Amino acid sequence: MTEPGDAPRGAFFSRLKAGLSKTRELLFMNVGAIARGIGPVDAGVLSDLEEALILADAGAELSHEYVESLRAAWRRGELPDVDSLRARLRAMVVETLAPRMVPLRISPPYPFVVLVVGVNGVGKTTTIGKVAGWLRSEGHTVLVAAADTFRAAAIEQLAVWAERAGADIVRHKVGADSSAVAFDAVRAAEARGTHVVLVDTAGRLHTKSHLMEEVRKVVRVLGKEMPGAPHEVLLVLDATGGRNAIAQAKTFQEFTGVTGLALTKLDGTAKGGVVLSVTREVGAPIRFIGVGEKAEDLRPFDAQAFAEALF
Amino acid sequence: MFENLSGKFQDVLKKLRGHGRITEGNVEGALNEVRLALLEADVNYKVVKEFVAAVREKALGAEVLASLSPDQHFVKIVHDEMTRMMGSTAQELNLARKPPVPVMLVGLQGSGKTTTCGKLALQLQKMKRRPYLVPADVYRPAAIEQLKVLGRQLEIPVFDSRSDADPVAICREAIRYAELNGYDTVLLDTAGRLHIDAPLMEELARIKAATDPGDILLVADAMTGQDAVNVAKAFHEKLHLTGVVLTKMDGDARGGAALSIRAVTGAPVKFVGTGEKAEALEPFHPDRMASRILGMGDILTFVEKAQEQVDEKQAKELERKLRKAEFTLEDFRDQLLRLRKMGSMEEILGMIPGLGGKMKELKGAAPDEAELKKVVAIIDSMTAQERRNAKVLNGSRRKRIAAGSGTTVQDVNRLMKNFQQAEEMIKRMSKGGKRGMGRNLPFFR
Repeated sequence: MTEPGDAPRGAFFSRLKAGLSKTRELLFMNVGAIARGIGPVDAGVLSDLEEALILADAGAELSHEYVESLRAAWRRGELPDVDSLRARLRAMVVETLAPRMVPLRISPPYPFVVLVVGVNGVGKTTTIGKVAGWLRSEGHTVLVAAADTFRAAAIEQLAVWAERAGADIVRHKVGADSSAVAFDAVRAAEARGTHVVLVDTAGRLHTKSHLMEEVRKVVRVLGKEMPGAPHEVLLVLDATGGRNAIAQAKTFQEFTGVTGLALTKLDGTAKGGVVLSVTREVGAPIRFIGVGEKAEDLRPFDAQAFAEALF
Repeated sequence: MFENLSGKFQDVLKKLRGHGRITEGNVEGALNEVRLALLEADVNYKVVKEFVAAVREKALGAEVLASLSPDQHFVKIVHDEMTRMMGSTAQELNLARKPPVPVMLVGLQGSGKTTTCGKLALQLQKMKRRPYLVPADVYRPAAIEQLKVLGRQLEIPVFDSRSDADPVAICREAIRYAELNGYDTVLLDTAGRLHIDAPLMEELARIKAATDPGDILLVADAMTGQDAVNVAKAFHEKLHLTGVVLTKMDGDARGGAALSIRAVTGAPVKFVGTGEKAEALEPFHPDRMASRILGMGDILTFVEKAQEQVDEKQAKELERKLRKAEFTLEDFRDQLLRLRKMGSMEEILGMIPGLGGKMKELKGAAPDEAELKKVVAIIDSMTAQERRNAKVLNGSRRKRIAAGSGTTVQDVNRLMKNFQQAEEMIKRMSKGGKRGMGRNLPFFR
């Protein structure tokens, strides 16, 4: 079995790099010396680095922590030049994120049920479309459940993606109970022998307790119909978003038991540095990153590539 | 998250309190807390730097007002400065010109353009204008359909865009159609796009050139992080924005992006999206936003919402009833329904200063949506006599009511207890003879 994006691996790196090179430019906007990779490290370079980390949405606290640890190493004489500083910081990022590099594995008993959750507008439906395409190319049969019965035309949007990917779809009317849609989807998949069910849910702000209860119910209903389901609860986070992702992750974790993360919209200038904080709060691995709107713009998360492209 | 910052902030302010005036020595700690609070609120790093420098200068130069202690004075300077940076007054759309007036909505994917379009149209209709919705997103699957559905729900006409047409042609044609049919405001819902996507940014410039919009609004997510400045700058350079709509303000993001975007574009925030319902679009109030970013709550919006829902006549009538101790279960229900109209309990509680970050702990203390529904169902299942005189409610009546409302006798009992408490509280209050209390009746529990 291959990972998503395995075939065009070269293309993936160049694309990720192209996306993240913007990041690098911005990250080192004021850090000429670092960008050139030469020159001695001094207090100014360190404080510029702290600024760059904060601008990457890593948060004031975590950025301070990283830089203080770099400062200590520098004082011990371990970081003679900017190159070694950059390498050390990269290693620190990789160290934080490498344990989160666990790809999603589809395994029997089928259907393997994936519930996709997140706040409004992070790209849940698009991610499902892309995941469906990847699974199909792996030879799996896929059924998507249109459990976002709230947003206008969400069902139609998912239907388009399902058709593109060659996946089945289970849909109810607008306003229907999302648990019922999820339930029917699993039933249908069981009857048809489908490998994977991808459940699309409505975007909901994590602060709305009645909506969070609703998605908790979806989890419960899935588990009742099929012991062990959902086998994956995928929380989608928007790289453009800032520190609020931490609160989102914590609350979705509490209500749905998040088992995987997808970080979308990494093809812009946003850096997604908030994942460094999110992975501190939530143990789930990062399954995918989104680097564009096309079906093939879904990638496995690779800590080394992420850090390399970043610095 | 903010509870901590707020707590720390309070501690630092306490240190200021003991001093006669603000000095370089005692202000740095407070400034650093402001800095951290703003960074955690997603205000851009560079904007924070400028802001803190401006506050420092004002704080050190200022004479402490006689009526304020130094810590209060410091908070006032911070709040005033932030309000000033955000533009001080609420701003409206530029509609004063020959109709039809095009209004263009632009932004990243998922920021909420289509939803905002529907909300804006509804507001325009309330202002007695004739809005026309134009789906110009031919890329995202079912985006056109989404706006058409919204239009049907709101009974607002939608241009019949085709997904194989050119967005520029769609907008041009829609405006011609609007002119012929007497629509005076045309809302152009453009596709979400990345600010670094040159061809798509060029497309927006062409739509602008073809339609000459009265407003070009950047729709931005209140949860946006540090990148907000890059996004806003790119859109502003290409299109010259006239305003910003900040969406998803009903979450707990503090919305620092508002300050960042304003700082880099100078464009005012004109509206904020505050919920999933079509009515949930409000004018922007810089002073309230300042309070929110600083974590001071939003008591003004709360008061305003309460006033919207209770008109003067109703309030007087209620007050008369209270004076005569005629408060019945029917009134109780009306009060609850009015409270619900103000928004969900979460939204209401979120506006109260100091409660913003503590919603979770409060969840048990406040009646939730489901419970309010239950209470209304119970009262609706009573006879007119029972509603007027709760004393007749014996066991068998309670059983009947529980069955009729799909609740349990325990639910009915609990409601009766709550009602009695409310009644007693009201009696005590009316003895005190306070005027105008109909406005802020305590809700149950």
